[in-house]
Amino acid sequence: MAVIRNIHPLDRFLRPERLPHMWCPGCGIGIALSAFLRAVNELEEEGRIDSRKIVFVTGIGCTARASGYVRFDAAHTPHGRAIPYAMGVKLANPDLIPVVFSGDGDIVGIGGNHFIHAARRNMDMLVIMVNNMIYALTGGQVAPTTPEKIYTTTTPWGNPERPFNAVTLAWIAGANYVARWSVTHPELLKNSIKKALLMEGFRFIEVLSICPEVYGRHIGFRSPVELYTHLRKVVKIRGKIRPLETEYDWERGITLGEFVVRDEPGFVRRLMEVVKGGKA
Amino acid sequence: MGEASLGFLNANQAAAEGAITAGLKFFAGYPITPASDLFEYLAKKLPKYGGVVVQSEDEIAAINAIIGASWAGAKAMTATSGPGFSLMAESIGFAAMTETPIVIIQNMRAGPSTGVATATGQGEVMQSRWVSHGHYGIVVLTPFSSQEAYDLTIKAFNIAERLRVPVVVLMDYVLVHTRERVVLKKPPEVEVLERKKPTKPPGEYRPYEPDPEDLVPPMANYGEGYAVLVESMAHDERGYYAPVDDVYERLVKRLVDKIEVNRHMVVESATYHTDDAEVLFVAFGSVARSVMSVVKEARMEGKKYGLFRPISLWPMDEKGLRKAAENAEQVIVVEMNYGQLVREVERIVRDKPVHLVPLLKLDLPTPEEIVEAARRWL
Ligand SMILES: Cc1ncc(C[n+]2csc(CCOP(=O)(O)OP(=O)(O)O)c2C)c(N)n1
Ligand code: SF4
Repeated sequence: MAVIRNIHPLDRFLRPERLPHMWCPGCGIGIALSAFLRAVNELEEEGRIDSRKIVFVTGIGCTARASGYVRFDAAHTPHGRAIPYAMGVKLANPDLIPVVFSGDGDIVGIGGNHFIHAARRNMDMLVIMVNNMIYALTGGQVAPTTPEKIYTTTTPWGNPERPFNAVTLAWIAGANYVARWSVTHPELLKNSIKKALLMEGFRFIEVLSICPEVYGRHIGFRSPVELYTHLRKVVKIRGKIRPLETEYDWERGITLGEFVVRDEPGFVRRLMEVVKGGKA
Repeated sequence: MGEASLGFLNANQAAAEGAITAGLKFFAGYPITPASDLFEYLAKKLPKYGGVVVQSEDEIAAINAIIGASWAGAKAMTATSGPGFSLMAESIGFAAMTETPIVIIQNMRAGPSTGVATATGQGEVMQSRWVSHGHYGIVVLTPFSSQEAYDLTIKAFNIAERLRVPVVVLMDYVLVHTRERVVLKKPPEVEVLERKKPTKPPGEYRPYEPDPEDLVPPMANYGEGYAVLVESMAHDERGYYAPVDDVYERLVKRLVDKIEVNRHMVVESATYHTDDAEVLFVAFGSVARSVMSVVKEARMEGKKYGLFRPISLWPMDEKGLRKAAENAEQVIVVEMNYGQLVREVERIVRDKPVHLVPLLKLDLPTPEEIVEAARRWL
């Protein structure tokens, strides 16, 4: 009997032989990844991108495991180091399109300094930060994005820290593009990725995600659906507001939208200009 | 092309020139004494050769940037000193694990910790080999002059590219402040090697599948259509995470063995009056210059002293050392720390007394100081 294989249009960007993946049932990471793959697929079909130029770079964490499942040039770097790695890729071959796809702990925790400086330099790369508000892979410790008072395994009395609002951070550091979306609204996320992929300079998209296994379970959500439904209530889409007006608060709400769109020259262009200027 | 020219350079400048000759195209660094000169020299010069020089926010960024750049097809390098080298530790292992060609210039100063930034030292004999966690292979070369800084930086790139390993060029504070004549040889007078390219088409190519003879996998660059996965986790030949005994064992062994198999490319040493030496000194780097003077003067007095100088520190020329020690009654290791190289020498030369002369001094010891410190053995 002939086996009829169901070929999914996105399979060409994946390594199906590696399935099943390691993510838990109901995890939000897959939604974020599929939004990225659909964005690439559409751009390629529209003749606006060559997917062979993409270099998919991750750090370490649940989210970061994505580099093992995609069929791009890729790297699974040490924890927090995806951004400087991507910088090296871009500066060595400016034709390449580095995309960093990693967790919140990876990008604004251990990798926070790299994040700030890459944004300040307007380093040409797209950074997609999947924010599940927790250190998931290591079992639920507090992250720099964990909301106040939330229980984590290292803040068993509740989180005394104030979280980063990564949107304001990216904006103040100088990113060309800053947006925040959520796995509850994958279509908006996909469109944002399409736009950001074609821009120059530092582009930052935060994606609120759900980690039902660790974050959700530890604070009393009994199923992925429950957590997902709750996140839908937490997020609020706002058009035309400035980064400083965005909120990041598990109780009051988390603002989604596109907050910065600038077309300042990226680092590669700036570097070429000064070198050609030839003062040295 | 092919013509040699003369320079009057310190070891930093000579290493930078060597890197340019070898085809350096990407440098990332973070300022630190005594490596900033090299960085500044390249910042001015490399763009004229089509290369990029960038200052990163720290040494961790620098090392990861050069690893990324290497996969994007560039010959890539960084330069630092002890504190920065320590910060790079984790990602040097990343380069070893992913078999990424990179060169790290490490200009030793007096440690530990911040130590004395403006003084020399040799505290990183062991660290240069074992800087990162886990077991892996790495190559460390140690020049003792500006000429060797030039030659060995070229050699470092050749080894890095051919064997897909991180290579450290371990220099010191004295060398980078000593200007001397350097012959800048260019190809074809000097050999410049490139990484092996895949012979299999995308789809069949596996980024960690070694050629059986040299145990080194050909390397596809990013952007060439191979969809290569640079995987920091334990991986099979495709780069797929494989927490399985035999895959893990095969990988770790090969990371180490590929350097053993290609020892002829790496191992190098110099000897000075060792044929009939009754007292054999062992020293490397700038200290070896003072020891050389000790030997020279002793010979004029008819004393049979000799010097063995490892040029590749890891791996060392073990045969050469044993041979140099053949007629010696004793072996004296002179080093600017409290006893590191001596452990290797003891391991290699088992049938002779091996003595340590540790020199915890901030300036290069004079020949007289060395003789004084070694007096009870002489
Ligand atoms: C240097 C280093 N420190 C700690 C770890 C352990 N570690 C692995 S993943 C991780 C946190 C990941 O959190 P995040 O980036 O938010 O990713 P998630 O798992 O939530 O997707 C930590 C601390 C490590 N791998 N390396
Ligand atoms: S632990 Fe959380 S983030 Fe990690 S795969 Fe499971 S649900 Fe997803």
